[in-house]
Amino acid sequence: MGQSSQEDIQKTYQQFASKDEPKRPVIMNCIKAFIIGGLICVIGQAIQNFYLYNFDFNEQTASDPTVATVILIAVLLTGFGVYDKFAQYAGAGTAVPVTGFANAMASAAIEHRTEGPVFGIGSNMFKLAGPVIVFGTTAAFIVALVKTIIIQLGG
Amino acid sequence: MMYFWAFVVGGLICVIGQLLIDVAKLPPGHTLSALVVGGAVLDGIGWYEPLIDFAGAGATVPITSFGNSLVHGAMAEAEQHGIVGIITGIFEVTSAGISAAIIFSFLAALIFKPKG
Repeated sequence: MGQSSQEDIQKTYQQFASKDEPKRPVIMNCIKAFIIGGLICVIGQAIQNFYLYNFDFNEQTASDPTVATVILIAVLLTGFGVYDKFAQYAGAGTAVPVTGFANAMASAAIEHRTEGPVFGIGSNMFKLAGPVIVFGTTAAFIVALVKTIIIQLGG
Repeated sequence: MMYFWAFVVGGLICVIGQLLIDVAKLPPGHTLSALVVGGAVLDGIGWYEPLIDFAGAGATVPITSFGNSLVHGAMAEAEQHGIVGIITGIFEVTSAGISAAIIFSFLAALIFKPKG
């Protein structure tokens, strides 16, 4: 069979497959993501205000313990199996907040616990969350480098 | 009023993520990576900090703030120690998030069994 006819078959198949692919309800998904994501941020704001008024934090530093608390809640919900059920419904609404990052790490760690603490939990924890750290850190390095050079050149 | 803007801005960042998944057809891992890189770039040009002042947790809870915090830590050290400071400072502000996620996830994996 020639190269071109095989490509033809593939093309026909892709057209055929894309016709049967269910249409994604984009608008509905966006509304759900907006409401759920917004609500998670409101909860975060409430926790931030709690740290702001009850402890010695200012507007800038209060977000650190807030993020840690939100992550703890997300890990617990993941452990009880609640977060993943919720995430199926909310899509990006639960994935984009930092809770989704915590969920990715906790669920990977819990799923592989039977393989032992080192190879199971240790090496699988960053399986899903790793790219975020790798690309975030590299991008931040480049941005900071460019900014530092500009500042130093400018005086 | 802070709660209202936290809701709106946080919700809108999630909508951007949903559009990247549904319309640009990116897998979730790519989407989150793109958002983090976006946050880093926005902080680089100085737009993320005003957003945090305006929306509070609406800007700090989404994963975009992770990119923002990475740049912030790097820049704070870079101002004192130059280029080397970028490396030593990059995780300074994000320590809370990363440490919490690692420690709590590890403990959770010891306690909980997989569901379903």
